[in-house]
Amino acid sequence: MPDGKLFGQPAIRIDGRAKVTGRARYPSDEVVANPAWAFLVTSAIARGRIRGFDLQEARAVPGLLDILTHDNVGGEAEKPQPMSGGSTTPTLESDQICHDGQIIGIVVAESFEAAREAAHKVRVDYEVQQASASFDSPGAEEEVREAGEHKDYQVGDAEAAFAAAEVTIDARYGTPTQHHNAIELFTTTCEWRDGKLTVYEPSQFVYGLRGSLAKQLRMEPGDIHVVSRFVGGAFGSKGGITARTAWIAIAARRLNRPVKLVPTRDQGFTIATYRAETRHHIQLGATPDGKLTSFRHEGWEVTSRPSQYNVSGTETTARIYACPNILTKVNLVHADRNTPGFMRAPPDTPYMFPLESAMDELAAALNMDPIELRRINDTQTDPATGKPYSSRCLMRCYDEGAARFGWQRRDARPGTMRDGEWLVGWGCATAAYPANIGPAAARVTLSPEGRARVQIAAHDIGTGAYTVVAITAADRLGLELGQVVVEMGDTDLPAAGLAAGSSHTAGISHAVAKACEGIRARLAEAAVLSNDGPMAGLDPASLVLSAGMLRGPAGQSEEIQKALGRAASGVLEVYAENLPKGVPPDAMGKIYQGQMAMSRGHGREDAITYAFGAQFVEVRVHARTREVRVPRAVGAFASGTIVNPLTAHSQYMGGMIWGIGAALHEATEIDPREARYVNDNIAEYLIPVNSDVRSIEVIMVPEEDSQVNPLGIKGIGEVGIVGMNAAIANAVWHATGRRVRELPIRMEHLL
Amino acid sequence: MRPFAYEQAGDSSAALRMTANRGASAQYLAGGTNLLDLMKIGVAKPVALVDIGPLRADHASISVDADGLHLGALVRMAEAAEHPDVLRDYPVIAQSLQLAASQQLRNMATLGGNVLQRTRCNYFRDPSWHACNKRDPGTGCAAMDGVNRRLAVLGTSAHCIAHYPGDFANALAALGAEVTLLSPEGTTRRILFEELHRLPGDTPHQETNLHPGELILGFHVPAGPWTRRSLYLKIRDRESYDFAQASAAVALAVVDGTIQQARIGLGGVATKPWRSHAAEAVLQGQRLDEALAHAAAEAAFRDAVTHGENAFKPELGRRTLMRALLQAATMEIQPNA
Ligand SMILES: Cc1cc2nc3c(=O)[nH]c(=O)nc-3n(C[C@H](O)[C@H](O)[C@H](O)COP(=O)(O)OP(=O)(O)OC[C@H]3O[C@@H](n4cnc5c(N)ncnc54)[C@H](O)[C@@H]3O)c2cc1C
Ligand code: SF4
Repeated sequence: MPDGKLFGQPAIRIDGRAKVTGRARYPSDEVVANPAWAFLVTSAIARGRIRGFDLQEARAVPGLLDILTHDNVGGEAEKPQPMSGGSTTPTLESDQICHDGQIIGIVVAESFEAAREAAHKVRVDYEVQQASASFDSPGAEEEVREAGEHKDYQVGDAEAAFAAAEVTIDARYGTPTQHHNAIELFTTTCEWRDGKLTVYEPSQFVYGLRGSLAKQLRMEPGDIHVVSRFVGGAFGSKGGITARTAWIAIAARRLNRPVKLVPTRDQGFTIATYRAETRHHIQLGATPDGKLTSFRHEGWEVTSRPSQYNVSGTETTARIYACPNILTKVNLVHADRNTPGFMRAPPDTPYMFPLESAMDELAAALNMDPIELRRINDTQTDPATGKPYSSRCLMRCYDEGAARFGWQRRDARPGTMRDGEWLVGWGCATAAYPANIGPAAARVTLSPEGRARVQIAAHDIGTGAYTVVAITAADRLGLELGQVVVEMGDTDLPAAGLAAGSSHTAGISHAVAKACEGIRARLAEAAVLSNDGPMAGLDPASLVLSAGMLRGPAGQSEEIQKALGRAASGVLEVYAENLPKGVPPDAMGKIYQGQMAMSRGHGREDAITYAFGAQFVEVRVHARTREVRVPRAVGAFASGTIVNPLTAHSQYMGGMIWGIGAALHEATEIDPREARYVNDNIAEYLIPVNSDVRSIEVIMVPEEDSQVNPLGIKGIGEVGIVGMNAAIANAVWHATGRRVRELPIRMEHLL
Repeated sequence: MRPFAYEQAGDSSAALRMTANRGASAQYLAGGTNLLDLMKIGVAKPVALVDIGPLRADHASISVDADGLHLGALVRMAEAAEHPDVLRDYPVIAQSLQLAASQQLRNMATLGGNVLQRTRCNYFRDPSWHACNKRDPGTGCAAMDGVNRRLAVLGTSAHCIAHYPGDFANALAALGAEVTLLSPEGTTRRILFEELHRLPGDTPHQETNLHPGELILGFHVPAGPWTRRSLYLKIRDRESYDFAQASAAVALAVVDGTIQQARIGLGGVATKPWRSHAAEAVLQGQRLDEALAHAAAEAAFRDAVTHGENAFKPELGRRTLMRALLQAATMEIQPNA
């Protein structure tokens, strides 16, 4: 547990002013000399091949510079390597079309407008084949997901226990396709200089982007420089490289001129990833006093034809409650779709919805309070592996959340809490998310003015990572926040891993803390060796940095500038790498090569590490017209050390707001015959607006955990969304007596 | 970017002249919030835009007199929505505008442009879909068996089930408003607002009975003992900034508990701004209660035709109308002056 004074103190974002004044340079704002503009041509069919293009009209557009298709550049790049799931669909490598909106051409012109006009004039002669849209579509191929990236759990005999159980729940659930729709689009700018390439692109993993791009373009990673100083929202969508980057690099090489791409909102639905639709079959068996005796969870997930991408949230649901008999299974359904990918709490958001709905159904069947049912089945040991949780404060979250929410005033009978024309319902659900952590490196430089510069190729995707780094460094070096400058998002800096899986704060603060410890140690060693100073002869380990001073155990002190003068003639620079427990020894090297390396909360030898939360929601359903509104929600979370409560609050709150959208509004609609997205814009893809978001209360339950990692950080970016789907569905049941098992919940389900 | 000419008309006769000179595919540009959108996505392809913004000088007034409410075509949505006389005497009009779009859009958009906004059918709004009889006559209808949750159940045809998405127009239709039109020849005519829009039939691309180049100058909502007891109820997936899944414009003249006259409009469920004479007839001369409201709602949706995803809409529409009627009956109002 950190002892510093800045950890846990609310701090406003150090980059906030730059963002609100427009000085923050997002990748497409980076200035390049005389750029040409690219516009994507995407397929209007989901499956088939391109017989040919008619480019005559497009070429006639004034200002046109180049048109890239598989005919002229197909052999120049390999497909990108997704972060997960193996292979993905092609783009310009061949004449094949494997999903709606696939990139099939790139038009480059003197202006954005000319490129767009020419792109609209590209005529494509398609050979159309019947496409499969989703589950149940003719031609969709189902297979069992084998153990690999994800695995299944079998404990005891769940089938027999279910058959023998006195109380059972047996139900099927579904979640829809969803798209991240970050405000910042999927931009790419490429510039070549002397055979070296610079890429400006919003990314959650600049080294990963560099590594994949190098392979795709058959280059040395060292010849590629990726810059992503600010990211305008990502939520997983900017985690893995997409196909566009290599083609924009090739376009720039062909023209010998920088090329800038700003795709459209609707193209964002098909050129990047999304959360695929899922289906679930849950079977719970219990004793009449509420003890679980059997848990079965089978999931189905849609993916593209070549990809094995799946999220397998059964890795979380199998270990939430004590249960002697567990069986999980996951199936993939391949359809003619783009490859899905990470989206906020990728496994847990879709898979906890059925589990936490089923628990609510079980509580109703047992005539038991839903919180009591969780308490009866709470555990400090993971039932799937028998390992202990490093810490688990789920019931404290329930107790604090319930008190704030006023849960004891709930009338358990559905449909009884009415307010005039509105049916009122209260629901709750468990949130859980693994505490993951990745390796990272950082360089800290202390200058003679007593200021620090921290360099780390970490990513601020809007979460407040710049501020976390500054807090850590200031805390460790005994400086003010304003005395720390942070540089991030650039492959010229020491490497950090993927900003995903709620792992980034933990990963980068340990690296920064380690580099700062290096600074302290160097200052301390010089101080104790120097005969004329106040610390002469002391144990260097006993010296600390605080409030601008190097301090000894008996109150000796010396200004940090002075201490620096003893240790270095100019600046003092320390580079440090942090390899967290649970990653292989070569993990740091892997990050530098752009591969993913992460210690997962359910993958460690010694313990299972998870953040937990309890979420409470009030819904109002109009008695006649049945629209659903959420006047208030309370979330209580225990996620270990909170580095910055201000930005942590925003993360939790943002997760909960997104949960309202996920449960009630969001769904990408797919034409069932043509396997094409229909509502690919944010006028028709609904997300909550201000008036849908009323009272959102966040409680941070204090939790100390020195086993999860030395600083006790579990990560908070995702857990806030996880319980919302079920909490809302459970509240809707409580309001109306209707159990809706398909998201989003809409008025037609309740009429 | 498709090239197009842009001209600004100083007054209505200049507007007519400019449009006539430019031929069939010239279009008036008012707030531009619908037209420019459709141009950007490649659905509207006018060769020329005639900006009628300056017509605000003559056609942007709001007045209420014994004859009724007069609204110029260039009045902005926000202006009418917030006007005290409209709020007092024609709450259904004010509410239909307040509950539409967003404040930013309401500050830009005009009443003339509002009534002519086009359907939100996604297949119509994306030319990469081949089949759309409204966009390209004779190509078929992709929505009929496709994604059609938002589309219409009243006034549909075998060729098109696109919904009319607006709100204000349903209130106009309900209240028996008239619209004043200026023809390219310079003559004005007044028609019942209900007759401005056409049913899709087998020509869904012809949405209105406007003559080529005809300009909307304004609207007249006749006064009546029902206008103060009126409201607009809009049911939607989210609380704001969303089109109606179903809406009801109702206005009732009630004397001693008996409905003397009822005016009913429906939105989100029909192919054009919809007045339900059938529901009005059920209410006429009766005392409103749950059963009567139900009977009126049944009458309003008797001819509904659904297509898959929108199967819930008649029921939602009925409930919306019932809720609106029962709410209107309990309104506390000052009797009409
Ligand atoms: C995201 C979004 C949400 C929205 N939500 C709603 C909603 O909930 N409810 C709702 O009702 N509306 C909604 N709207 C639509 C909005 O109200 C309309 O776009 C707006 O009212 C159009 O007015 P305008 O002045 O901008 O018209 P323009 O875009 O300028 O014109 C529209 C059409 O009318 C023609 N026209 C305009 N004025 C005249 C005239 N005087 N004579 C003849 N022809 C004319 C134009 O040539 C054009 O064809 C929404 C729009 C958006 C973009
Ligand atoms: S419903 Fe009408 S607008 Fe929609 S696709 Fe069919 S024809 Fe086109």
